[in-house]
Amino acid sequence: MSALPEIVNPVEPLLRTERMPHIWCPGCGIGTTVNCFARALLESQRNLDRVAVVSGIGCSGRVAGYVKLDSFHTTHGRAIPFATGLKLANPSLEVVVYSGDGDLFAIGGNHFIHAARRNVDIKVICVNNLIYAMTGGQTGPATPSTAITATAPYGCYEPSFNLCALAEAAGASYVARWTTFHVRQLTKSMGEVLRKRGFCFIEVLSPCPTLYQRRNKMGDGLDTMKFYKEKSRVRNGAPTSEVALTKDGEIAVGKFVDRERPDYIESMRGRLSEQLGDRYVEMECPVCQ
Amino acid sequence: MAKGNVTINVERCKGCAFCVEFCPTKVLALSSAFNSKGYHSPRVVALEKCSGCDLCGMYCPDFAIFGWRIKEAAGQEAPDAG
Ligand SMILES: Cc1ncc(C[n+]2csc(CCOP(=O)(O)OP(=O)(O)O)c2C)c(N)n1
Ligand code: SF4
Ligand code: SF4
Ligand code: SF4
Repeated sequence: MSALPEIVNPVEPLLRTERMPHIWCPGCGIGTTVNCFARALLESQRNLDRVAVVSGIGCSGRVAGYVKLDSFHTTHGRAIPFATGLKLANPSLEVVVYSGDGDLFAIGGNHFIHAARRNVDIKVICVNNLIYAMTGGQTGPATPSTAITATAPYGCYEPSFNLCALAEAAGASYVARWTTFHVRQLTKSMGEVLRKRGFCFIEVLSPCPTLYQRRNKMGDGLDTMKFYKEKSRVRNGAPTSEVALTKDGEIAVGKFVDRERPDYIESMRGRLSEQLGDRYVEMECPVCQ
Repeated sequence: MAKGNVTINVERCKGCAFCVEFCPTKVLALSSAFNSKGYHSPRVVALEKCSGCDLCGMYCPDFAIFGWRIKEAAGQEAPDAG
């Protein structure tokens, strides 16, 4: 009898399976987001040799180590500058930044707003578990008021960033928020940003049962998924000023911003050609062309 | 007859039960058996209800399960779901 072809998980070719099982805890949502990302890449029929993933440091930053693509695990907070350099040196690459809320908005916050302002053509996926998970669950810029964390045993009293409003105000071309419960919508959004030019931002709320939900008596990963299901309301096109998150309140999800602005390379080309005429010549990169 | 089936990689599973909870037709349940890391992986309890929609596959944070449509796998035999 001839051997039958084995049916394999469609995302398997996009993963470094030799590194599985991965380090993420049971019920952690990061893997679910990677699953969606892998499916979005497959559906987009992108040339995978032209896709690069750049991560910072953190549990979410480990994504770069698990995707079977050109990927780079950079230093804490610096994923966006690395990604910007990659994109400018080799504009034919599709550059995706995959990192956590702490990495992108605390130590890396300045890079985030300036890349959005310049409309650098990179796609930023932020896994938001509301804390610094990898270092033990400290308060971060996305921690909602009153949440218990390692550094706020009586509840967080700092106001948090509304990441989507920040991204829009800084100039992002595309802004969406989903949770790990919204796998189909998240996959669709990821596909959209892979096709869109300019700085795109997707925030994905994701359970950290080990350090956030446990301290806040919110149960395990599955309880958090049910919580997302119950609290989420799809509000496509909602003004980002109205979508701030609170600890127990409604979770507005959807695509909030989708607009056209010239990206950084177009702006540079436009201005320099206008000023320099024929003297402006773009060099082809001898390495990556 | 079932339109789909699932393939489960028991050893990769961490027992979060996302697949069990969000399967629209309740095809799965957590097994009482442990894998070598001590987690209860899912098992199929109602194969005839499986559409092969692969929602379980999308939810799984550990890439340990996926669903497939029997028609698309035509000519291929269903691998052992255990
Ligand atoms: C320069 C520097 N400062 C601090 C750290 C310690 N550190 C490692 S990960 C991390 C925060 C990670 O939080 P986040 O980006 O939200 O990712 P998560 O682990 O929650 O997925 C910090 C502060 C570091 N690695 N490097
Ligand atoms: S500590 Fe939290 S974010 Fe990190 S792997 Fe565990 S559940 Fe996920
Ligand atoms: S493929 Fe769909 S119907 Fe079948 S077990 Fe998975 S989620 Fe349920
Ligand atoms: S979703 Fe994956 S890890 Fe969770 S119980 Fe199902 S197969 Fe196991």
